[in-house]
Amino acid sequence: MPGWLVAGVATVGAGTYLGWDGFTIQLGNLIVIVAMLVLFVLALVLPFPGGKGRK
Amino acid sequence: MTAPTKPTHSVPVQDDDAHTWTGKARRWMLGKLPPDKLLPEDQPSYVMSWAYVFGMGAIASLLWIIVSGVVLGLNGPQWYHVSSLGSFINSTHLWSVELFFMFMVVHLWLKFWMAAWRGGRALTWITGMVSFVVSIVAAFTGYLLQTNFDSQWIAFEAKDALNAVGVGAWFNVTNVGQLFVWHITLLPLAVGAVVVLHVLLVRVHGVVPPLEAAGSDAQLHDSDPAPSQTLPPVTAQESTKAGGAA
Repeated sequence: MPGWLVAGVATVGAGTYLGWDGFTIQLGNLIVIVAMLVLFVLALVLPFPGGKGRK
Repeated sequence: MTAPTKPTHSVPVQDDDAHTWTGKARRWMLGKLPPDKLLPEDQPSYVMSWAYVFGMGAIASLLWIIVSGVVLGLNGPQWYHVSSLGSFINSTHLWSVELFFMFMVVHLWLKFWMAAWRGGRALTWITGMVSFVVSIVAAFTGYLLQTNFDSQWIAFEAKDALNAVGVGAWFNVTNVGQLFVWHITLLPLAVGAVVVLHVLLVRVHGVVPPLEAAGSDAQLHDSDPAPSQTLPPVTAQESTKAGGAA
């Protein structure tokens, strides 16, 4: 089998899926969504470096 | 009587008598976006917040997407599927796309809750949404170009959907050659053009102030003057160095 075809096949994984009562989500997608929510909250609460004492 | 002087680059051009299309275009562009608004020295102090960082984060990600995409396109699929360096650059291309979308979505959320379409910024909001939608199509064609069983599965699932809406004959997701043209020329040009327009509109109207900013805040009046006016000088207390945040 040509090398590029082997490489192509090797990159495919089954993936990990989480589910609760009919709701299913792929683990990678869940991590990205949670990361975005965390970034959103941190952007609101964290002080900006160098911004202290400014008007 | 004064002798006619030879115009130099340092002499301001009189735009009142512009009578050619180039002169009228220059007058219109300088009125809409004078150089000090296009490349400002200062930003209002409320820009010193993480809420104003994610737009520039998305642009930084987009720049690496373009650079890594050029490297991938010039070296070809056999290089980025087989060699370790090629696989690494291919992976950075994917992960910069992931960061691009994450930053863009957080930017979208923050600007939505800031009602960023206020103050004549509707077209800025619309171009942001258009760039989001066009980016999704560009990313979709990228996933189709993985040339593995994943991309084959995605292509044959999408084929039925695109046929159902009547565009399958022109946008054929099973035609890898056609997809390459879409992914490395047409869609990047579209994303780039919309993003450049979005950033220019941000510069024209200024970054949107927070909802809680008082209407009498001098910074609000500095950020959106009439096109023919020049910006009044701002004091060190009123402004701060924060160039680049969007």
